[in-house]
Amino acid sequence: MTLIFGAAVVINRNPVASALSLVVSFLGLAALFMSLNAYFVGIIQVLVYAGAVMVLFLFIIMLLNLQAEEQRRINWLASAGGIGVAIILLIQIAVTIGRFEAARQTFPPLSASTTDDVRNIGAALFRNYNLPFQIVGVLVLVATVGVVLLSKREPR
Amino acid sequence: MITLGDYLLVSAILFSIGFAGVMLRRNLIIILMSLELTLNAANLSLVAFSRFRVDPSGLPNYNAQVFVFFIITVAAAEVAVGLAILVALFRARRTTDVKDISSLKF
Repeated sequence: MTLIFGAAVVINRNPVASALSLVVSFLGLAALFMSLNAYFVGIIQVLVYAGAVMVLFLFIIMLLNLQAEEQRRINWLASAGGIGVAIILLIQIAVTIGRFEAARQTFPPLSASTTDDVRNIGAALFRNYNLPFQIVGVLVLVATVGVVLLSKREPR
Repeated sequence: MITLGDYLLVSAILFSIGFAGVMLRRNLIIILMSLELTLNAANLSLVAFSRFRVDPSGLPNYNAQVFVFFIITVAAAEVAVGLAILVALFRARRTTDVKDISSLKF
């Protein structure tokens, strides 16, 4: 489901349909995270991506009043080149995975419960990764200031 | 049984879809959405490796999940800045098509 709707994002001509396909794709991805016992990451995925980021996308589409783009003359050579490069990349990754010994093993069982993984992630975040966490805070601040500055209408 | 390779393959296909979207589409909004797809493909493989490498305490390796947390934060900031640039560009040029934005093209 993740893959089908991920492809629909690229194929759809209408930006709104693309954005809604992206929501479904992200929800499928969140389900995959939960199947890997990463409940915190799955919930963050739903909240941040399917919630905040998609509202932002839909809001911008609404603000700019974008219609489905008109049928342009498609440059077939460029399109074939793009698809070809993507397929070559996919084949290379698939061959690398095929050669990778550990990729053929199943996941080892967990001996402890992972239902309190928020606590464990929080402990890792604040003990081992405290400095990167603060740097990310500064990054978000800079992004906020930048967005305000960019969307401010300059006086004429 | 589901192996590690299955998750990695799904991640690779998702990355290729996003990459093809960046290469093929000419609408800046859809290019940004495809970038999100590629970032999430990387997240999926990180979480799969995190679950694969079980610590002696019987828990998955949480370092990768902290890394995923950082990636999600940076991606959200990136989308906000990208969309703000898009709005500013639309105000100046009335278009979101990368074909129409060629001032810097040699």
